[in-house]
Amino acid sequence: MESQLLDESRQRKQARRVPNKKRKGTSKPAKKGKGRSPSAKKSVVTLSEHVVEIISDSGEGAQRCGQSFGSIAARMGNGIWTVEIIPAEIRPPARSVAGASGNRIRVASGPVDNGGDEADLVVAFNEQVLLGRVRAKELKPGCTILMENMWRTDPDAGVAKSYAKAYEELTSAGYDVHEIPMEVECLKYVPDARRGKNMFALGMLCSIYSLDLQMARDQIAFVFAKKGAKVIEPNQELLDAGHAWAEANLSFKYEIPAEKAEVPQIVVNGNIALALGVLASGMEVCAMYPITPATSASHYLSSIFEKVGCVVHQAEDEIAACTFAIGSSYAGKCSVTITSGPGLSLKQEAIGFAVMAEIPMVVVDVQRGGPSTGQPTKVEQGDLLPACFGGHGDAPKVVMAPSSIQDCFYSMITARKIAETFHMVVVVLTDASLATSQQPFPRPQFNENWVAPPVDQSAVSENAMPYDWDARIGVAPRFTPGQPQGMHCLTGLAHDPSSHVAYDPEINEEGIRHRSQKLAAFQKTLKTPKVFGDEEGDLLVIGWGSTRGAIEEAVTRVRAEGGKVGSLHLSFLQPMAPGIKEILSRFTQVMTVENTWCDSLEEELVDESNRRYAGLALLLRARYLVDIDCWGEVKGQPIKPGSIARVIREKLK
Amino acid sequence: MTMSAPATNCLMKLMDNQQTLEDYKSDISPRWCTGCGNNAILAAMQKLCRTEQLPQEKTVFVSGIGCSSRFPHYMNTYGFHGIHGRALPIAEGVKMRRPDLNVFVTTGDGDCCSIGAAHWIHAIRYNMDMTVILHDNLVYGLTKMQASPTSPRGLKTNTSPTGAYLEPLNPLTATLGVSNVSFVAQGVDWVPELLYDLISEAFHHKGFSFVRVLQRCPEFMPDTFDPWLQDAEKTLLLTHKEGIQISPSLSKVYKNQELHDPSDLNRAREIASVLDPIPVGVLYRNGSVPCYDDIRRSETPYTPEVVGTALNEEFDKFTIWPAQ
Repeated sequence: MESQLLDESRQRKQARRVPNKKRKGTSKPAKKGKGRSPSAKKSVVTLSEHVVEIISDSGEGAQRCGQSFGSIAARMGNGIWTVEIIPAEIRPPARSVAGASGNRIRVASGPVDNGGDEADLVVAFNEQVLLGRVRAKELKPGCTILMENMWRTDPDAGVAKSYAKAYEELTSAGYDVHEIPMEVECLKYVPDARRGKNMFALGMLCSIYSLDLQMARDQIAFVFAKKGAKVIEPNQELLDAGHAWAEANLSFKYEIPAEKAEVPQIVVNGNIALALGVLASGMEVCAMYPITPATSASHYLSSIFEKVGCVVHQAEDEIAACTFAIGSSYAGKCSVTITSGPGLSLKQEAIGFAVMAEIPMVVVDVQRGGPSTGQPTKVEQGDLLPACFGGHGDAPKVVMAPSSIQDCFYSMITARKIAETFHMVVVVLTDASLATSQQPFPRPQFNENWVAPPVDQSAVSENAMPYDWDARIGVAPRFTPGQPQGMHCLTGLAHDPSSHVAYDPEINEEGIRHRSQKLAAFQKTLKTPKVFGDEEGDLLVIGWGSTRGAIEEAVTRVRAEGGKVGSLHLSFLQPMAPGIKEILSRFTQVMTVENTWCDSLEEELVDESNRRYAGLALLLRARYLVDIDCWGEVKGQPIKPGSIARVIREKLK
Repeated sequence: MTMSAPATNCLMKLMDNQQTLEDYKSDISPRWCTGCGNNAILAAMQKLCRTEQLPQEKTVFVSGIGCSSRFPHYMNTYGFHGIHGRALPIAEGVKMRRPDLNVFVTTGDGDCCSIGAAHWIHAIRYNMDMTVILHDNLVYGLTKMQASPTSPRGLKTNTSPTGAYLEPLNPLTATLGVSNVSFVAQGVDWVPELLYDLISEAFHHKGFSFVRVLQRCPEFMPDTFDPWLQDAEKTLLLTHKEGIQISPSLSKVYKNQELHDPSDLNRAREIASVLDPIPVGVLYRNGSVPCYDDIRRSETPYTPEVVGTALNEEFDKFTIWPAQ
C-alpha cells in the first residue's frame, strides 16, 4: 500500500528481530527410528524451519491442533505461517481422499511470509486423508509421517486392507512412516478418543519440536476458556500424554530456535485482520451476504462491531448488501460490503451506480476459485479483471490488493480514506489464502486519524451544485442528507453538475471525463513500488496480492544461485503507480506470476495471436507495451516458492 | 415600493416560517403523461410534506427505475433515483444510521414486484421506519408496454401479443402474508382525497408502511379502470376509527363501505384477496411490530476513543509476544 494518503498514519515497522541462537541450515535428522524403541538419549537436531501438517476427517479437530501448534510456536517467538486445509463440504464422508481437514504450519526461526514448500512432517488420523495429500504432491520426498494405526486392526476387513495397502504404498515410496497408537493411548484417558485425539497429537508435536509444554497447557486453557475446567483439564491431560508418549517412543527430536521480535506481535488470519481494519478505519456499516471464504471476516466483525455501536447487516442477497452499503454511504460515512467472487459479479451493477453517483464505498472481494461456484474454499486470483472492468460501461474505480496479513488490516484504513477523499468505489482484493492464513505482525498502534470524521451536516452555500466537478482533479462536492440547501436528486442517469438528468450531448462526456480524471489525480499520490532483489538484470517477476511472500522467497533462492532477478509487487492495480515502465526497462525479461490461469505457449494450438494471458500480465502489456510473459497455477493452493523458483530458473536458461 | 410576487411570498415565508407547497416542488416539471396517476401521487405527497412541514434537508425520496421512479426528481428534498428493483435496500441503508431522516420510497409494479421482489419481502420483515408507495399501473410503461406481474391475465402487450399468460400477482395479499407486516393500505389515483389520507396514515405509522396505489396509465392502459370510474359500487371503502374517515360528500358517491378494524389481519387478507370491488382504505395496521432500525440501533456513542479502546482489547487477545 504505497499511497501517501496513509504515510503519516501508518506504523509499518518491520519486526526487527534478534537471533538468540545461532542460525543453522535445515538438516535432516541424523537417524530415523521406527518410533517404537524408547530412546533415553535422543539427539536434538537443530533446524531453521519445518513445514508441519496435521490432517484428519472433518470434525476430528486437526485444525484446532494445527492452529494451537502455530500459536504456541509463535508465542515462543518463532516465525509462523499457517494454512488451513479445508474440504469443500461441512461433513465429507469419513476416511475419504477428498475429505482432508486440517492445518499446515510453517515454523521457522525468523519471520516467514508464505506457506513454504511441501511438508516435512505430517500427522494423519487416517490413511485416506493422507493419500489425498500425497496425491496432491504436498509431501516432501522422505517426509516423516505419524499415522494413526487403529485402522490396521479394524473389524471392517475392507478398512484394515486399505490401511495395510496404504502403508505399503507410503513406505515403498520412501516416506518415513511411523504408526502411532493414538486411539489406544487416548482411550486410557477419555471414553471417546475422537474428542481429544487432536490434543494428544499436539502433545506429540510439542515433544518433537521441543516446544514449551507449559505454554501449550496455557494455550489449551485459552482456547477452551469459555468451556471451563471440565473441558480444559482432560485436554491438558491428553496433551501431556501425547508429549510423554513421544518422548518415550519416538527416536527423533528437533529444535527450531526462535529469533524473538523486538516489538509486540499479534497473530491473526487475513479475514480477522480485515475486520479489525474495518473497525479501525471508522466505517460504521458492513453489509454482507454469507459466502465462502469471505464470511468469516463478517463473523468476527459481528462479534466486535456492535460494541462500538456499528452494524454488520446480513442482507437478503449480495445485491441488497451492496445497495444497502450504498444507501448508508450516501447518508453517512463510507460503508463496506465484503464478499467473494460470485458476490462481486452480482454487485457489479450497483458498483457501477456508486461510480456514476460518486458515492464512496469499499468493496472487499476475498477471491476464491472460479468461474461459477468454482472452488469455494480454495485460493485463486481470478477476479482482477472483473474488479477493474466488471460492470457495464466505463466505471473507473480504484482496485488494490493487500499482500500480507498485516496489509489486510491497513488496507481497510487506506481504502476508506481513498473512497471518501475521491468519492469513489475502492475494490480490495484479498483471497482464500490470505483469509485463512495466520502470521504474526507488529501490533498496530491505534491512531485517531484512522477513523472517519463525523458526517458534515453544515449548510451548503447557496447555489452550490452537487456535481460541481473540479476541472483539474474531477472531484465534486458531496452533499449528504441533513445538509440544508444541499437538496438534489442523485441519479444513475447521466447528469449535469446540478444532478439534473443530462439531455445535452456534451454533458454526458463531461461527467465521464471528470470521473476518469479522479483516477489520474489519485494516481499522482502513489509512490513507485520498490523492487525486491536485483534492481536490474535478466528477469523481473511481477505479482500482486497473496503471492508476494512466495515470489520474494523464490527470487532470494535464485539470486543465491547467481541469478540476476528482481521482483515487483503491485498494491494498486488500478490505477498503477507511476514509474513502473522505467523499472521494466531495466530487465531483459519480464513476467508475472499469478494464482490464475494463463495459456501456455507449449500448447499445440496456442500462439501469440490467441494466447490468453493472466490478468496482471494483460494489464501491464496493454499499459506499458512491453512483451510480458506470465505463469500461473490454478491448483487451489497457494503457489509455492519452490514452484516459482523452478519457473524462474527455466526462464533464465 | 412594490414587490414582485415571488419576493412577497419569500417575505411572508420568512415571517411565519412556513413551508409552502411550492417549497416542496423541484425546479423540474414532471415529465409524465397527462392523466398519469403519478401526478396525483406527487400532489398528495407534496401536500403531505407541506402539512407536516417536513424539513426538506431531512427528507429523502428513494426510488428504483421506471416511470414512477422519476418521482424524486420532482421533489425539492434529497432524492435518490437508484437502480431498478433496489429502491428498498438503498432506503434501508439510508435509514439505518439516520433515524432523523424521513424516508419515502416510490416504486413501480415492475420495480417492486418483479425485479425487486426479493427485497420487497425482506423489507416487510425488516419493518424499518419508512413510507413506501407502490405505484401500480399494471404495466411496464418506461420500456413501452410489457406485461408486469400485476397485469391482468389476457392483457395484450409487446411481450404477450396474444394476452398475458398468467393470473396477476396480488401485492396486497403478498405483503399481508409476510412476517412482521405492520401497515398495508390501498388507494386509487382517482380519489385524491383518500389518497392523501392514506399516505398521511402511512407516514404517521412507525414501521414499514406500504401503500399500493392503483393508477391509470393513459398511454398503455387507457381503459383498464373505466368500469371502476363509471361505477362507484365497484369500489369498497374501508372505514374505521383506526383507519380513514370518509367525508359526507364522498360517502354520498361511494356508498359501498365496510367497517374494517385494521388490527384484524385475517379479515384484511380476505378483503385483499377480492379484486372486484377494489378495496380502498387501511387494510392492516400494527404499531407494535419492532423495527429493525430500532433493534440494531446502539446507545453507545461512537467516538474515536471508543474505537481505540475496542481495538486494543482485541489486539490484547491476539498478542502473542510479549505474553499478555
